Amino acid sequence: MSTSTYEQGLDLSGTAPLPFARLVRVELRKMADTRAGRWLLISIAALTTLVLVIQLSVVLSQDLTVEFRDFMVAMNTPMGILLPVLGVMCVTSEWSQRTAMVTFTLEPSRMKLVRAKFVATMLIAVAAVIVGMLLSVPANMLYGALSGNDVVWGFGPDDVLYVFLLHVFGMATGFAFGTLFLNTPAGIVVYFVYSFVLPPLFALGAALMGWFESLQPWIDFADAQNPLIEGNVSGAEWAHLAVSGFIWLVLPLAIGTWRVLRAEVK
Amino acid sequence: MIKVEGLTRKYGDFTAVDDVSFECQPGRVTGFLGPNGAGKTTTMRVMVGLTPATHGRVTIGGHLYKDIPNPGRHVGVLLDASAQHAGRTGREVLTLGAMTMGLDLSRVDEMLELVSLDAKEARRRVRNYSLGMRQRLGIAHALLGDPSVLILDEPANGLDPAGIRWMRGLLKGYAERGGTVLLSSHLLHEVEIIADEMILIGRGRIVARGDKKSLLAHAGKAATLVTALDNDELGRVPKDRGFAVSGVGQGLRVETEPVEVGRAAADHAIVLTDLRSAEEGLEDLFLELTSDSQRDDLTPGSAA
Repeated sequence: MSTSTYEQGLDLSGTAPLPFARLVRVELRKMADTRAGRWLLISIAALTTLVLVIQLSVVLSQDLTVEFRDFMVAMNTPMGILLPVLGVMCVTSEWSQRTAMVTFTLEPSRMKLVRAKFVATMLIAVAAVIVGMLLSVPANMLYGALSGNDVVWGFGPDDVLYVFLLHVFGMATGFAFGTLFLNTPAGIVVYFVYSFVLPPLFALGAALMGWFESLQPWIDFADAQNPLIEGNVSGAEWAHLAVSGFIWLVLPLAIGTWRVLRAEVK
Repeated sequence: MIKVEGLTRKYGDFTAVDDVSFECQPGRVTGFLGPNGAGKTTTMRVMVGLTPATHGRVTIGGHLYKDIPNPGRHVGVLLDASAQHAGRTGREVLTLGAMTMGLDLSRVDEMLELVSLDAKEARRRVRNYSLGMRQRLGIAHALLGDPSVLILDEPANGLDPAGIRWMRGLLKGYAERGGTVLLSSHLLHEVEIIADEMILIGRGRIVARGDKKSLLAHAGKAATLVTALDNDELGRVPKDRGFAVSGVGQGLRVETEPVEVGRAAADHAIVLTDLRSAEEGLEDLFLELTSDSQRDDLTPGSAA
């Protein structure tokens, strides 16, 4: 049998490394092409709409005075809960469904894939905030029309930046926890413990122990994000954000990424 | 084309693959054969960069897998047909692959047709696929980028007999056009018909290699199954020539080559109705060579 008639090497001249933008596009598609992913995205939009409708009806029936900012704050709640779940799932579904085996053979550079996934989740966060804003605009206009009160917008570029930052942080923290645990339930549970159980514990600790009170702002990332919601961030508060963000976002993301680069996909 | 050089992979104290070297040639189907846990999958995982080697290396066409740009266009990989998102449709799985590799999406329809998944099946979610359908989808995914090398781990697993025959034809044709195929199996009969060359592995070490003929030559003992119009008369003849004879089913088993039995029958003008090689030499060899790593205790000779 003559094997010499066939080419023994691979001719790589015809193929280029996968463009980063293409990987991002594929990752975006992956977040919406399963029932779980698609419904999570639909839920975010639906819940945001629902929250705005409830707020509008309460405000009108109680004859309260609100402005655009209040609708934006209301929008933060469903997004703040669900976007990080999407961030967790973007990473962990590759492991629980074992598709990482396929993904990593089509693009052996895992670092490039982690970056593409991260960029994709950030784009989703930005898109979600834009949708939230677009929903809050008619809510505020309806409020003005139905209550007869003045319509107050009063939402500057700073405020817009803060809202984006808030949800980019939330999404990124979910993403980081996803890489850290590589397991959907663990990632989501720990994220919820971090965002709902820890803050009251931190507050309790700060109330009971004097030394902890001065430490708490530096280690409580959820609390440090409150000034972003209120729309007024001081210099010290930026420092709190940076330090607590390092602990809860940068550190888990770094360790998690290291895990993804090393872990064997079984 | 695929070159495995001194490959060792250890997990703590456990050595999954122990100093394995072999090559797969283009234009040929190489069968990678061994019992469960022999190290086949680990070797293939190292090939495509999913598992780092402890020692040694694997190159494909002279390159490490991780250095191949857009590797899906050069190397088709199917390591586990079940490693697909259960919530995606078959078509979506292929669409993602085609998008990643930068292929025209018409490729998806071509591949679906090639593996005989119809439009309705392609719209179903992988969760509802049988193992055989997942294997077909996996093979379609591996072939998507029109690669020149195929690495398939247990591709026949779950396929029905017609499916196995279909895959055999597909891979044979692929190799005849110059492709390199490496496929693994723990079932000898799946591999022996299709593979031009076989690599037998047990406990992480290669125990034998070669084509079927040369492996059988090493196995030594040939046996023949034969049936004649008059078995009693037939039975006396090889016995006189010194070959052991025993009754098996409707006919006899003679411990020698079929040609010897045929010659003996011709000399005595005995009418044969069936004459064939017992062909368990290879199976015996397989079990014997890998016996250290078999989970079940097989007493010598019990297979005969």
